[in-house]
Amino acid sequence: MITHAQLLHAIPGLCLNVLAVLSTVPWPRRRSAAGGEDLELLARLRAGEEDAFLALVARHNAMLLRLAGSLVSSRAVAEEVVQDTWLGALRGLDGFAGRSSLKTWLMRILVNRARSTGVIEHRTVAVGDVVPAVDRSRFDATGHWMSPPQHWIEDSDERLFAESLADRLQAALRELPSRQRDVVMLRDVDGLSGHEVCEALGISEGNQRVLLHRARSRLRQALENEMGGM
Amino acid sequence: MRVLWSREELVCQEVVELITDYLEGALPRAQRRRLDAHLSDCEHCSEYLEQMRATIRLTGRLAPEDLTPAMREEFSELYRRWRAQEV
Repeated sequence: MITHAQLLHAIPGLCLNVLAVLSTVPWPRRRSAAGGEDLELLARLRAGEEDAFLALVARHNAMLLRLAGSLVSSRAVAEEVVQDTWLGALRGLDGFAGRSSLKTWLMRILVNRARSTGVIEHRTVAVGDVVPAVDRSRFDATGHWMSPPQHWIEDSDERLFAESLADRLQAALRELPSRQRDVVMLRDVDGLSGHEVCEALGISEGNQRVLLHRARSRLRQALENEMGGM
Repeated sequence: MRVLWSREELVCQEVVELITDYLEGALPRAQRRRLDAHLSDCEHCSEYLEQMRATIRLTGRLAPEDLTPAMREEFSELYRRWRAQEV
């Protein structure tokens, strides 16, 4: 087994630079479509429509709660910080020029609010557990598949809703160590870029990728367990 | 522990650990080439890669939590107080 640290040591300096540049490029997933809807709701909010505000809250509140929850210890404090964030957004409405996405803007307000009220807890990033992406017993001594991944992708989209797959996936998310869950949900559920997650949680690009890797690997295994052998 | 990093070909067990960096575009070019070479040759790891993509897609399709009526009421109140310049 090779660790990330070993890999990094093995990469020459030039490549590390390439790595640094690459990792600062935001991932534009979902940005354009979601951004368009946000801008429309913002325009309606500026015109005084309360429903537009509630629609924006419905779209982004869960993400903000997740983010707040990963920065402070109690659910009650997290909810307070999120309320404060929405109030800050309403007050700063005229100052939002649309240079960043609404999501990014809200995240910045939230992190600033949490910092200025001193509620952010500096947690050490525990990337400690070295659970492999796939159990070692599934490879032979030379590292080749002995028990290869079983097929399950076909029909998985249908089964996500028709059957209990969504519940199983939710359960697997809940079972993740909290740091992994924060990162994978902010990335894959809320659609934040790796760069945004690093900035918000105050973790390095490398740490973010390690946490994301472990989380996605476990979720894939949960799906294989549920769907495999059909 | 066997350190498998070298100029040699990647094996499956290494590939599954590099797959996130691969999808994130964070692999150095030489290593990316090595991984592509392995994938073109290994149906199991290709399947694995597709499963990781499917995992990301399925996670992204989980239904977003709806606002509870109580929360809706709370935010409605917040909005009205802001409109009235009370907060």
